[in-house]
Amino acid sequence: MIMAWLILIPIFCGILAWILDRRITGSARWTALVALSSNLGVLCFLVRSFTVSGVTQQPYLMDLDIPWISSAGIHFHLAMDGLSLVLVLLTHLLGLVAVLSSWKEIREKEGFFYFNLLWVLGGIIGVFLSMDLFLFYFFWEMMLIPMFFLISVYGHENRIYASVKFFLFTQVSGLLMLLSILGLYFVHADITGNYTFNYFELLGTPVSGIFGILFMLGFLVAFAVKLPAFPFHTWLPDAHTEAPTAGSIILAGLLLKTGAYGMIRFVIPLFPDAAAAVSKTVMVLAVAGIIYGALLALSQTDFKRLVAYTSVSHMGFVMLGIFAWNTLALQGVVIQLICHGLSTGALFFLAGVLKDRLHTRDLNKMGGLWAAVPKMAVLTLFFALASLGLPGLGNFIAEFTILLGVFKADKIMAAAASAGLVGAAVYSLWIIQSAFHGPLTIKETIADLSFRETTALVLMLLGLVWLGMNPGPVFRMAQPSLDHLTRSVSFEHPGMCGVSSKPVTCLHPEYSGGTVHAAP
Amino acid sequence: MEFVGYIPLLPFAGFLVLALGAQRLTRPLVGVVGVGSIGASALLSALTAAGLLKRLPGETAFTKTLWTWIDTGGLHLDMAFYIDSLTVVMMLVITFVGFFIHLYSTGYMAEDKDYARFFACMNLFVSAMLVLVMAENLPLLYLGWEGVGLCSYLLIGFWYTDKANGYAARKAFVVTRVGDTAMAVGLFLLYNHLGTLSIQPTMIKASSLWPHGSGTLTLATLLLLGGAVGKSAQLPLQTWLPDAMAGPTPVSALIHAATMVTAGVYLIARTHVLFMLSPLAMTVTAMIGAATLLIAGFSALCQHDIKRVLAYSTISQLGYMFLALGVGAWSAAVFHLVTHAFFKALLFLAAGAVIHALHGEQDMFRMGGLKNRLPLTFWTFLAGAASLAALPLVTAGFYSKDMIIWEAYASPLGGYGFWLAAMAGALVTSLYTSRMVILTFFGTVKTPVHHPPGLSMTLPLSVLAVLSLTAGFMETPHTLGGVHIFSGLLHYALPETKIVQSRITLEILFQILAATTAVGGIVWAFFLYKPQPEPAPSRLPKSIDRFLFSGWGFDGLYDRVFVRPYLALAHLDKNDIIDRFYLALSQASLGCNRIFSLTQNGRLRTYVWGMGIGAAVVIFMAVTL
Repeated sequence: MIMAWLILIPIFCGILAWILDRRITGSARWTALVALSSNLGVLCFLVRSFTVSGVTQQPYLMDLDIPWISSAGIHFHLAMDGLSLVLVLLTHLLGLVAVLSSWKEIREKEGFFYFNLLWVLGGIIGVFLSMDLFLFYFFWEMMLIPMFFLISVYGHENRIYASVKFFLFTQVSGLLMLLSILGLYFVHADITGNYTFNYFELLGTPVSGIFGILFMLGFLVAFAVKLPAFPFHTWLPDAHTEAPTAGSIILAGLLLKTGAYGMIRFVIPLFPDAAAAVSKTVMVLAVAGIIYGALLALSQTDFKRLVAYTSVSHMGFVMLGIFAWNTLALQGVVIQLICHGLSTGALFFLAGVLKDRLHTRDLNKMGGLWAAVPKMAVLTLFFALASLGLPGLGNFIAEFTILLGVFKADKIMAAAASAGLVGAAVYSLWIIQSAFHGPLTIKETIADLSFRETTALVLMLLGLVWLGMNPGPVFRMAQPSLDHLTRSVSFEHPGMCGVSSKPVTCLHPEYSGGTVHAAP
Repeated sequence: MEFVGYIPLLPFAGFLVLALGAQRLTRPLVGVVGVGSIGASALLSALTAAGLLKRLPGETAFTKTLWTWIDTGGLHLDMAFYIDSLTVVMMLVITFVGFFIHLYSTGYMAEDKDYARFFACMNLFVSAMLVLVMAENLPLLYLGWEGVGLCSYLLIGFWYTDKANGYAARKAFVVTRVGDTAMAVGLFLLYNHLGTLSIQPTMIKASSLWPHGSGTLTLATLLLLGGAVGKSAQLPLQTWLPDAMAGPTPVSALIHAATMVTAGVYLIARTHVLFMLSPLAMTVTAMIGAATLLIAGFSALCQHDIKRVLAYSTISQLGYMFLALGVGAWSAAVFHLVTHAFFKALLFLAAGAVIHALHGEQDMFRMGGLKNRLPLTFWTFLAGAASLAALPLVTAGFYSKDMIIWEAYASPLGGYGFWLAAMAGALVTSLYTSRMVILTFFGTVKTPVHHPPGLSMTLPLSVLAVLSLTAGFMETPHTLGGVHIFSGLLHYALPETKIVQSRITLEILFQILAATTAVGGIVWAFFLYKPQPEPAPSRLPKSIDRFLFSGWGFDGLYDRVFVRPYLALAHLDKNDIIDRFYLALSQASLGCNRIFSLTQNGRLRTYVWGMGIGAAVVIFMAVTL
């Protein structure tokens, strides 16, 4: 039941925040803070008990299965494995950061704001835990609507355009996924006579030929839009730029991660052969995204838009790693999901702080702020360095392991993706140059980071350093579930994998010229 | 040897204290933390060296593992340090030279408002550099490698209000990152085939897996060479170093002369087994070295800014080291690395003293006559310059450079071509060094001296001057005593260089030639640039002078081929061409909406017409189909 509470607490508290705010001003933010903190407390307790009892060796740690709409085979089925646990933890951390970032920024219609914030988070947690495809789709939509309101009500100048664009992209791609879910549901029922949305039962459903490809594409497109993968990324810069700070943090830090999670959990396990058939194309798109995002980030003059394009670049690494489909690359992907959440979340936080002080996001109107706000400058520098993959910080571990894993699968792609590392250096240092270096451009004095802001940012900083120096705990947490995923999925025609008569668990041919592969 | 972990940790702790307590620490305290942490680290390094010497020859290396860094999917990496004689030599150079440069900085930077930030970055640099040389595996080395790059960026752009400094800093970081990325791909390749990235196992496995001259191995070593070329400012990635002089002078001395830029040399020496397995990679290394030492040497001849002369000179001397590596003269390369660290750090610090005394004047044509105004600076500078120009017998630079020149010919991989390049380079070195000394210290006074350097600056100068003259005596050719302390120690980590027997007879002759070249260059320079009230800017035709001054036009070329197209592309696509497609989609649906809404005009007549036409079409279709 704990898992259900993880979702229900934000939902109930969201309603509570909305109601309370009419009576007592300021109560909404405290409600949100308390809700998320208590959830996080429960989670920490869970992690502790898992590690103490040693159950982390099994793929699935908890399972909750309650019939919901029995006639259609729909269950309220939640389950948690290491992958979900890591992502749910991240959701709470960034949720707290989002609350802290809005503490002073949002002063109108506060109740409705925190209601939406908590509901988005509830939806995201649901997405990470659902093991029933109908329930998954339910939560998938549940993230969307409150996010739409966060942008369209609390956003900046061009918020209506951005929020509608966001809504249309995700909604259209979500509908494709719904079609695929239903298709899979009926095909499975045709074969077994059992009408179910249960993920574990649907696994291994043989969907052959064109339908396999179409169903897979339905999922893939929905997740690729969310990720966002090139060329479905164009909603992201608008949504990020116009969203309030908390909205940007949740978008970049969490919503994008649901796309990656969906690919790992659903696309490849449900449709291994169809996924293998498109894997080369997907990898090419991923590399294109890495380079294209890095290139466009450089030319942006809007701080938030710039960071948005860096997300496109970083998420390219994620998609590349997923479609390499080996433990090393997937472990890198998990770390990348966390570290990108932290570093990009922090950069959006800082963009929000700068906007609060200077009333602009335009980098051309900044410059030389180092002397004026040294704390802010140092922290921005830190997160920009994390973003360019400086060794010693988590992002480096992520990109390094992803590329090592991808190199096993496809050397050319790995080498091409590495070019993104140069692009990352160019845009990251440009942020520092244009905002903090150069001659001082503003006349008025502005306040440096407050205690609340510093706390939130330093927490994220410590997280990145910790993951960079000792990523072991996260690796160990995710290992059983990733092993389970990679071993249980077998590829009939390891398509690109050349000729092989029996099913194998690799998506790509492992190099076999006297290679010494340490077996996991 | 339990304490080796503290050697990089102490400077890092210094960095943390200075970074977090910048506002609260007084200036003297900042100096104590900044210099003291390096001093402590230097003492521990000396203890480590002593400990290693005691274990030799039984135990030539030891490993200290701190914790497991990455362990997943078959990849196992430790936070571990590997100490052998090569490591110890590097550690001693970094910490001792680093200590004196830090001490010097307390004087040089005394007036700067960002005193604490300066020392914080310098301490971080030393820490990262130590990690680089002590790393047990290549990714940890890479951590130090990028870490020093970061500090280089921060310190080149130290005076950030000037946009040019920021540009120079970014240029340094990005250009070296091109090399770093090549190196990263090299690591992927090695791991993919060998299943490990620990340096020693990598070399053992590589030599058992790959035959001599294997294609994959050659590719991997060339990629590593790419990293080395970027960091050590060799052709074709040398363009960042002259601009890096935008940083404070102690930074140039520490990072861009003595330590960081030698990281490439260290990397190749560290992974020498891989390079020795690939003759092509060795030849490429030697050729890059030979070409770079000449190109940079000629550029140094035409500079006006004293620091840029030294920068080109550094590139050129690093070229000597690459040449040595490429012909398999491992000890000679590292020996020159050490002596170069002494005399080039000295030259930079002495030049800094001059610049400091002249209130920031860096143009040699506005200096002159400082011989009597700044006597100590002059004599120490002269010691460094003599060592750089390889003045025979009495300077360290002579012994190390002579070793390289000789082995460039006498090693099995060497030959006349490499020897000639090295000799020509030696002549150019003498010329530009003498030109620099003459312009700066002789002739008439053009800028008055404000204040001579204090003790914190003169002490490091004196110590380094002594080292620049005497450090060579630990390794002399057999014709001049045959002391082999240095190479004897290094041979526990690096293989000996075999000399082709038939060439040995020429050694004396070649040494005399090298010595004559050095002295001849100095004498020629006094004729060319003889002290005069208004020294001529150049002795070369104007177009050639411009060409050499600009560093052979590499900057302009790269600007046109890489920088501007990239920027243009980025700015051309600022509004994301992909979005046009979705925009068109939305406009198309709006257009359809407008067309269809025309039909809903509320007029009965239109509707009747519509129904009529529709009915007619249906009937027509029913009849004809």
